[in-house]
Amino acid sequence: MDQILLLEAVERYLRGEMNDEEKRVFEDMRKSNPELDQMVVEHHFFLEEMDRYGEIKRFKANLYDTHHTLQEIGDIKELNPAGQGKIAYLWNRYRRVVAVAASIAGITALLISGLTVAFSPKAPIRDIEELRRKVTFLEKKTNNQSAQINDVRKKIEPGTPIKFGGTSFLVDSKGYLVTSAHVVQDASKIFVQNNKGADFRATIVYTDLEKDLAILRIEDQDFKSPASLPYSIGRSTTDIAEPIFTLGYPKDEIVYGEGYLSAKTGLKGDTMAYQISISANPGNSGGPVLNKNGEVIGILNARQTTADGVVFAIKSKNIFRVVDELKKKDSSQHIKISTNSALKGMDRVQQVKKIEDCIYMVKVVLN
Amino acid sequence: MSTLEKEKELLKGLANNNKDAIEAIYRDNYNLIQSLIVNNNGTEDDARDIFQEALIVLYEKSKTDTFELNCQIRTYLYSVSRRLWLKKLQYARRFESQVELLEETVPVEEDLDVHNKLNQQYGIMRSAMGKIGEPCKSLLEAFYVHHKNMIEIASFFGYTNADNAKNQKYKCLMRLKKLFFAQYKNGN
Repeated sequence: MDQILLLEAVERYLRGEMNDEEKRVFEDMRKSNPELDQMVVEHHFFLEEMDRYGEIKRFKANLYDTHHTLQEIGDIKELNPAGQGKIAYLWNRYRRVVAVAASIAGITALLISGLTVAFSPKAPIRDIEELRRKVTFLEKKTNNQSAQINDVRKKIEPGTPIKFGGTSFLVDSKGYLVTSAHVVQDASKIFVQNNKGADFRATIVYTDLEKDLAILRIEDQDFKSPASLPYSIGRSTTDIAEPIFTLGYPKDEIVYGEGYLSAKTGLKGDTMAYQISISANPGNSGGPVLNKNGEVIGILNARQTTADGVVFAIKSKNIFRVVDELKKKDSSQHIKISTNSALKGMDRVQQVKKIEDCIYMVKVVLN
Repeated sequence: MSTLEKEKELLKGLANNNKDAIEAIYRDNYNLIQSLIVNNNGTEDDARDIFQEALIVLYEKSKTDTFELNCQIRTYLYSVSRRLWLKKLQYARRFESQVELLEETVPVEEDLDVHNKLNQQYGIMRSAMGKIGEPCKSLLEAFYVHHKNMIEIASFFGYTNADNAKNQKYKCLMRLKKLFFAQYKNGN
């Protein structure tokens, strides 16, 4: 009972509920009794914590009530996630749950199929053997086919210059094409074929073997010249590492390839060419090398046989030089080189769709 | 009344736990915080919890002697809520998208440090309260939280007189203090 009275006294003292007389007596007691002093300090701290606890609790209760009141009045509303659909919202929220559920489902499925295999009666062995025989039969067939392909390859000696074709592209919509000089070397007749498979007669207007460039002209009544060319021919040099792409006819159909510019000079420091890294095959010769803005930066002309993936392209400014030389020699040819690209900012698929109509396969009939 | 004065009034009301002031602040700001939380992988309940915690931070701050708010209540609540929610997302490892509504924010890290410390102490008291059980909890809360006097408490809890109630209260208080200080010393 003494303890209860004492604690009550401490509480009254701390809350300032004592009168002056009581307070004086209590403070004297506190001075003379360190135990009491300790109790006062401790209880003071405890009451402070208790007050804070009470305060926050009352405040929280108030917030809780306010939330409900406002919700009932309708001043605050439940909000559906804005800007994204309910499904996206649910997906975001439950993604992890879904992932876990899916893994469990996956593991269960594997487990069950494993058990099924383990416990089901062994499949009739004869069936499996039959199947296997079929497979070996198929394998044999495949082997036969590849043997035939090897035969075909052997007919074309490796290293023999392939004279029957290359790629060319329009530089002037009137029907002037540029290709590599070596493609049309020794040709008696030239046909060019567009990507739809139509052939047109063409003649060589000019060749520069040193630059390995040739200008052809389509001389065929069936040829309908396009209004303008989608790409431009670049005059400036391109930087190393710039992404590039090409279109050509290494087979009977137009083929797309992409890569990057690996060096500003060609074979043995040849400043007329670039070294590029792109997959190129016989038939790609004479094809345009374009950058991402749809500018022709070069004409694909060779690959190094002693190294892998090293391809060379003649710099496109040589086209201008060749055309200038041609003008000096033969004033009847008026070639207006396309210098405006309409392909800037387009995605690659759209660019290629526009370009492919201007790329022609060159078919050469030898003497 | 200018906006500034109005805000000062509201903060004064908030510090006194005034119902009207709380309601006004609640009404003006809840929807903003709700859209912040709900658009960032949160639920309605998360929004309510975060907003109310932010209000508690502001409440605690408003009660200090040196209290001064250098921005609008809205900006402050938004900044605190944003910080609290980011923390919660990080904790739950659901942190994916950057929390952003194009709202101005002010630095609130220091205030949150203070709040976290206070919140820890509040947590100790709450858990101690939870452990002493009934009727001790209600009895002590009636006396210390709701400031009822012993006569009211005696009649409410069915004690024959105030002395009996006092006796019971003393026993409960001793248990609570024991639990509280045990945890408090552990925590520090």
